[in-house]
Amino acid sequence: MDTFIMLLTIFVLAIFVGFEVITKVPPLLHTPLMSGSNAISGITIVGAMISVATPNRFTTILGFIAVVLAMINVVGGFLVTHRMLGMFKRKG
Amino acid sequence: MQSALINIAYLVASVLFIFGLVNLSHPRTAVRGNFLGSVGMLIAIVATLFDRHIIAAGASGLLFIFAALLIGSVLGALLALKVKMTAMPEMVALLNGFGGAASVLVAGAALIDTADPTLQISVATVASGLIGAVTFWGSAVAVIKLQDLIPEKYCHFAGQHLLNALLGLIVLALGAWLVAAPETTNIYWALVVVASVLGILLVIPIGGADMPVAIALLNSYSGLAGAATGFVLSNNGLIITGSLVGASGIILSQIMCKAMNRSLLNVLSGVVAGGAAAGPSADAVYAGKVKSATADEIAMLFDAARRVVIVPGYGMAVSQAQHAVRDLANLLEDRGIEVEFGIHPVAGRMPGHMNVLLAEADIAYDKLKEMDEINPTFERTDVVMVIGANDVVNPVARTDPKSPIAGMPILDVDKARTVVVVKRSLSPGFAGIPNPLFAADNTLMFFHDGRKAILELIGALKEV
Repeated sequence: MDTFIMLLTIFVLAIFVGFEVITKVPPLLHTPLMSGSNAISGITIVGAMISVATPNRFTTILGFIAVVLAMINVVGGFLVTHRMLGMFKRKG
Repeated sequence: MQSALINIAYLVASVLFIFGLVNLSHPRTAVRGNFLGSVGMLIAIVATLFDRHIIAAGASGLLFIFAALLIGSVLGALLALKVKMTAMPEMVALLNGFGGAASVLVAGAALIDTADPTLQISVATVASGLIGAVTFWGSAVAVIKLQDLIPEKYCHFAGQHLLNALLGLIVLALGAWLVAAPETTNIYWALVVVASVLGILLVIPIGGADMPVAIALLNSYSGLAGAATGFVLSNNGLIITGSLVGASGIILSQIMCKAMNRSLLNVLSGVVAGGAAAGPSADAVYAGKVKSATADEIAMLFDAARRVVIVPGYGMAVSQAQHAVRDLANLLEDRGIEVEFGIHPVAGRMPGHMNVLLAEADIAYDKLKEMDEINPTFERTDVVMVIGANDVVNPVARTDPKSPIAGMPILDVDKARTVVVVKRSLSPGFAGIPNPLFAADNTLMFFHDGRKAILELIGALKEV
């Protein structure tokens, strides 16, 4: 129960941080914001990697697929965001 | 000790993600922000390789992990490098879906691997399975709908909301059952199947113009599914990141709803705006009042102008006119004319989409102005050129409280000295209502395909 309360505290505080930070992103960059948040939500990969390493063959397969999907998010997300941001130039 | 170090690595990764998002507040620092985020991810992945389960699995475990990392990297890189900027909504929807699916699989695997699941684990697994499955299948439908592959008439049927409510109840019942008997893992997969059907049915009725809201909301769901998985694994990194992404998606959906003056509930239930019946007919608005102009006449107008604002809609991107528009803007600037772009929040097919499309055409970002910034300047603007936009410049939103778009914030282009509208015909936009702007005294219509119109204008302007 103690761990749960601690995790819940982190969850609630992180949502507040999220609202504070995201409201400062200008509409100009909302598309890169979405692809960038796709990339960081690929953090699920750390759970997936551990599932791959379990002795149970079924969960290894589940973990394997999850690592592939999350890694598509990570690499695809960061790369496409980088590509887009590179297009935003000032005059001159 | 080892697990403490790994958790510290996750904390460092979370801090880098937050710094990354902070740096997204300005295009000058945004590239660095994205880089910081990717460093955070690298740290998290490398630290996880030292997890005791992974070390216990030995070489074969590592081999599997690296194989999966490699496959995902190649597919992700191909996707990111090949995707066209006009297809960014599909790309983001796809990534939302993958995020949801990954959460479903990780939570399911964790439930099976946990010997004696606590209440926290079982409840979080239910949340992760439900939100993740809805996100994956909802996003899949969104991708298909964005490509206009489903005719609208198949998207609505009688009893839709009742069926969704019923499916929702079944999911909740299965969830309660799983919490009561967490060792029966088959219930989890049944829950995922029902939630999948629910995900498809929830997104299917959402109209084409509302897709940006749906994508932003699914973005939020993918984050929340990740946070729920964080509760399954008691992993701070997942919880923090999931809540950041969840908050981001919710903010974006709110901004889009506000820009359309619609409630989220209204968008989600797929209620289509009132339609033509709610206002005067097209004939009454347009008859005898619409003035059409040639490229030469418009070039003359531009030549005499000191300030020009270009208002692009998605139609501009569809006709691939953005490069021609850039050439026109450069030509005008060479003559000492001030040129700016007015971007409505729902222009394009996802939040911020129009800015990316214009930036791709090498238009400097400091010329792309938000609605609130550009609106007060229309009164001192000589010529406004509207290309491929309709509802977002319809003054009826301000004047007629009975109109389906009443109260929607619009770009006040009608306040400029002259308005030039480049459009193929007088056909209505998504809202299905006529636009009195086209018949206004200070409006000239240039009936033409977007790209060809701009090219003709450039030709005519060079001769003035």
